[in-house]
Amino acid sequence: MVRRPSPRAYAAQWVFLAGLIAISGLLIMNLGANLARRNMQFGFGFLAESAHFDIPFHLIEWTLFDTYAKALLVSLLNTLLVSAMSIVAASLLGLLVGIMRLSVNWLVRNLALGFIEFVRNTPQLVQIIFWYLAVLQTLPPPRQSIVLPGGFLLNIRGLYVPNIVMEAGASALPWIAALLVVATPFAWRLKIGERRVGAIALVLPVIALLLVNLAVERIEVPALKGFNIAGGVQVPPELVALWAGLSIYSTAFIAEIVRSSIEAVPKGQREAALSLGLRPFRVLFLVVLPQALRIMVPQMTSQYLNLIKSSTLGTAIAYPEIFQIFAGTVMNHTGKEVEIIIVVMAVFLIVNLLFSAFMNWYNRHVALVER
Amino acid sequence: MNRYVTRFVACAVLAAGALGFAGAGHAADVKSETLDAIKKRDQLICGVDTGIPGFAFQDSAGKWQGLDIAYCRAIAAAVLGDPEKVKYVGTTAKVRFSVLQSGEIDVLIRDSTHTLSRNTDLGLATGAINFFTGQAFMVKKSLNVAHAKELDGATICLITGTTLELNIADYGRANNIKINTLLFDKPEEAFAAAEAGRCDGYTDDGGSVAAARSSMKKPDDWVILPELISREFLGSYCRQGDERWSILVKWVHYAMLEAEVLGITQANIDQIKASATNPEVRGFLGLENDYGKFLGVDNDWAYRIIKAVGNYGENYDKYFGPLALPRGWNELYTKGGLQYPLAWR
Repeated sequence: MVRRPSPRAYAAQWVFLAGLIAISGLLIMNLGANLARRNMQFGFGFLAESAHFDIPFHLIEWTLFDTYAKALLVSLLNTLLVSAMSIVAASLLGLLVGIMRLSVNWLVRNLALGFIEFVRNTPQLVQIIFWYLAVLQTLPPPRQSIVLPGGFLLNIRGLYVPNIVMEAGASALPWIAALLVVATPFAWRLKIGERRVGAIALVLPVIALLLVNLAVERIEVPALKGFNIAGGVQVPPELVALWAGLSIYSTAFIAEIVRSSIEAVPKGQREAALSLGLRPFRVLFLVVLPQALRIMVPQMTSQYLNLIKSSTLGTAIAYPEIFQIFAGTVMNHTGKEVEIIIVVMAVFLIVNLLFSAFMNWYNRHVALVER
Repeated sequence: MNRYVTRFVACAVLAAGALGFAGAGHAADVKSETLDAIKKRDQLICGVDTGIPGFAFQDSAGKWQGLDIAYCRAIAAAVLGDPEKVKYVGTTAKVRFSVLQSGEIDVLIRDSTHTLSRNTDLGLATGAINFFTGQAFMVKKSLNVAHAKELDGATICLITGTTLELNIADYGRANNIKINTLLFDKPEEAFAAAEAGRCDGYTDDGGSVAAARSSMKKPDDWVILPELISREFLGSYCRQGDERWSILVKWVHYAMLEAEVLGITQANIDQIKASATNPEVRGFLGLENDYGKFLGVDNDWAYRIIKAVGNYGENYDKYFGPLALPRGWNELYTKGGLQYPLAWR
């Protein structure tokens, strides 16, 4: 028999809901009244207006005549770029440091401990500014660039990477090529009738390579021109510093998650694997880590979500992410504070919800299925 | 004939009525929410810059100094009789207008440019312009740049949340050059980046660029380019809907200018007051006329302002003299500048 909650419990819930609606209504009305009192209108029409300012670093085309909505997209891509880079770096470093924490070697173990305690207990903003100034202090001015093999140049303005210039009108080709490469392993497993496609699937990346070859017009190598390096793609030091700041800070927390998860795997598992004659490395990677991963995933999810939100600290070191460009420059030029904060919060909410939905899916995928 | 008499009498009665109304009404009739709130709390809350030499900065003893600070002190002296009764709220460029709109501060005196959209779209009332300048560039001397037009391809550091970003983009467009920008939240990081060579120069309002140059490790390594690429006329902001308060803020500025026109300084004001015969001076010092009462303060207000902070020129010399910034546009109108007080009538 299913027990139904008592009518009293229902009543309490309805009262709570009504109270919540009343308070939100009051807040919204208060906002409306205050905006009206200051002769300000509420609305999102400004998003279609021209921005007329420059964004120093953009992944997609940006001109002075683009709209504020495009500025939102450009800055969001910058946020996502640094978040994705940091999540990858922090995970790898965190795994390494977490394993070091459990090493039998005293020096390695305590080095990891010292690193974690130092990084965990200093403010993240200070670390980011430290990395920024450290990066800036060590790099040479543009005219004394460090020349790296492969046409790469490194100076205080950033790392300059040779740019691949596409033929006009061939912008779709690289995407098709990428799609072909991604499709290869799936094609490999595909069955036509009773036969697997198998090695025939390797035709796909070859086609991709040919396509790319067709699309490339020339390779533009960066070179000094006037004040700066012209040509090539610039990776600005702000991106590198923010990347370092976010990754290293999260590494400390992830390392602790890794350590605790490994320790949570029953000791018997390790002993059993060792008694089978497996080497310590194989024990770690084949027996212990796969089981630790299950414990790790939920905690890692919240760590990643924190990292995405912390990317807004890039505003302090001139990295043009969403908080700096949209909640800074755009807010100042349009004066639409309430609307812009709503948009920024909604964007972060959507990004983080999507990300955590993915992590939850992954968690279910790796979770122990109890039979 | 009779008709003329009637008309004359009617006019006279109307005029007398109007005069009587004005005469009986003043002082008590000045209704200002902000002014009442300040008097009640016995403190002025003044929104200022977080720290920029010349305009607003804290000295080694932690005391606020600067031209904008002098205005906060002057308003407090006029309204509350004591220039020390001010609470300073440091605001970044990004949040300054929100802080004002939300009522956290009474007045914003934070080297802020007066613009059309701030006056309309942001719902702000403009006070007085206390500093006329334009956007200027400071670049490393070693780059051998003499004019702003030669900055094609250069990277310039600046503070976000200002009119500067738009000016620089418009200037580049008009002159068919591309100036790259790097936007910082606070001056400290922008200065550090410029110092390290991350950018070729720094841009801000003329006064602030002079201040920035003075805070570089080696000011002589930096040169300020002669062009001003925009009009940045800086002044105070109040909230709309409290006309009388913004009028008072405006006239505090005129009081500091009027004193300079009349040759009254912090040092000689007592002596002048004791022996004043000039009706203009007597009117200014509140010995004649009810100008103070019209504004909602008492007639001694202008005396207290000058006694507390001195006239406009004194403050300019005190805070911008050390930055080697000539007065230029900020000279009195009588000396070819743009600063003028309205008529004290």
